[in-house]
Amino acid sequence: MSLLSLLAALDDGSTSARAATENALDRAARHVDLNALITIAADAARAAGDVADAARASGARGALLGVPFAHKDVFCTRDILSTAGSKMLANFVPPYSATIHDKLQAAGAVLIGKANMDEFAMGSSNEHSHFGAARNPWDRSRVPGGSSGGSAALVAARVVPFATASDTGGSIRQPAALCGVTGIKPTYGRVSRYGMIAYASSLDQAGVIATSAHDAAIALNVIAGFDPRDPTSVDAPPIDIDGALAMSLAGLRIGRPRQWCGAGIDAGVANAIDAALAVYAARGARIVDVDLPSSEHAIAAYYVIAPAEASSNLARFDGVRYGHRCANPKDLADLYTRSREEGFGHEVQKRILTGTYVLSAGYYDAYYHRALKVRRLIAEDFARVFGEVDVIAGPTSPSVAFKLGEKLADPVAMYLADINTVSVNLAGLPALSIPCGFSEGLPVGLQLCAPWWQESRLIGAAHAFQQVTDWHRAVPGGIES
Amino acid sequence: MTFPTSTLHHIAQLARLRIEPEHEAAMAAEMSAVLGLFEQLAKAPVDALEPLSHPGDPTLRLRADTVTELDARDDFERIAPSMMGGYYLVPKVIE
Repeated sequence: MSLLSLLAALDDGSTSARAATENALDRAARHVDLNALITIAADAARAAGDVADAARASGARGALLGVPFAHKDVFCTRDILSTAGSKMLANFVPPYSATIHDKLQAAGAVLIGKANMDEFAMGSSNEHSHFGAARNPWDRSRVPGGSSGGSAALVAARVVPFATASDTGGSIRQPAALCGVTGIKPTYGRVSRYGMIAYASSLDQAGVIATSAHDAAIALNVIAGFDPRDPTSVDAPPIDIDGALAMSLAGLRIGRPRQWCGAGIDAGVANAIDAALAVYAARGARIVDVDLPSSEHAIAAYYVIAPAEASSNLARFDGVRYGHRCANPKDLADLYTRSREEGFGHEVQKRILTGTYVLSAGYYDAYYHRALKVRRLIAEDFARVFGEVDVIAGPTSPSVAFKLGEKLADPVAMYLADINTVSVNLAGLPALSIPCGFSEGLPVGLQLCAPWWQESRLIGAAHAFQQVTDWHRAVPGGIES
Repeated sequence: MTFPTSTLHHIAQLARLRIEPEHEAAMAAEMSAVLGLFEQLAKAPVDALEPLSHPGDPTLRLRADTVTELDARDDFERIAPSMMGGYYLVPKVIE
């Protein structure tokens, strides 16, 4: 059931929050083979469902009152295990909650559990989770994408109508694309990062995965907003959902970057994207070929900057104050080193080492400093193109969901698959991915990107597409809609 | 480029990580491949550009000089691996 349908059913009394919660928990149990949840908070969820029903009975109405959801396990939830997919935090029960959790609680949403993810959000396949890979509901031998793979799989399997997620280099959009659902990464600063376990602080942004743009917008409006506890939070104008839903495609200028649609894009994906843009054109949008020439440098810049920030952020895990601590350390250096070696997985260690290297004496200028200059080049590219068009569109991912293990042996190939998503984070822009067709029986995602703070334009463009197509309503085999 | 084992040891020491000897070759090979990716940066025409470390306004906001956080000492002690008398316990540093 969609978020909108569920809210309508809760409003007219044809279902209850407790029943919706039981339904979500039941689906989670039935699809446990997806390995999409690290923690199931069944008792707390049932209690929250009852509280929501009591509130509704007394006339209360919250934006998400009684709606079950899952958090990506990157968000701290007081008194509920919050692991970031890592052995380092396998026993971490936070003493505080993320701002977005507080906001969702205030809106009456019911947390059913914490979704699987690549360790510390580092990965594009969910295979780097300490708790094992989540599976793609469309084909359980394939990855759900990452790092928010559990969130995307849960929404695709209709376990919950929406899930939170985070996006540092594509971690909302790519799994949304690979699982056939809608994922939105807001403008940097739109959603508070307070209580979101950090990967790369100048890139990390929280967002939402749902089954439609309208549903995603409802949940996004709950978690968005200025937060004094996040120094990078921005007091931006709110997202105008009503305006977005009424938006016409007539005259909308859609830029199609040649660099997003060229070599390396699977033919089936390219065909689906072309067909989607034809839908836009048929409704009056104007498709314009544009150039983002610096895109060819984006992967290199991203995989310098993100690990550099990660190496700094993850220095806090030292076995002293919280998280994993090695047994019987012989001295302080041994405590630090062995706790970190045991607590971090291979991919995280590699990124910490990479980040340390590019920041170290003798290499800083050639790598980190130069990558920051490339970042400006990329941001300037977008600014120039947004002088010509209203949104940019292209494939979210160059391929459909790949087989589990297929890219593990070639990590660089995995990095290269982020080609169309990382530049958006480097520039801080909002973007979303919507289902727009199938290739080899697997979903294809269309990425739309807009200028800073123009989420309403993105949601409007996505919603208009979803009013005249049914791709977002497609449900994987064996999943009840 | 090949990532020398000696550099790997140095970087690991800086990052307070230890790479087991049997994993060194694989990690060095992966690091070499990743650094090969970075060669692309040298081709970018950026010499005249200023670095961009943050996508938004880099000016830090100042907050009012008032106490906002409550004492959460017990909460923080509860999640610490080893505490005694209000102190975090670590191996002895001075003999």
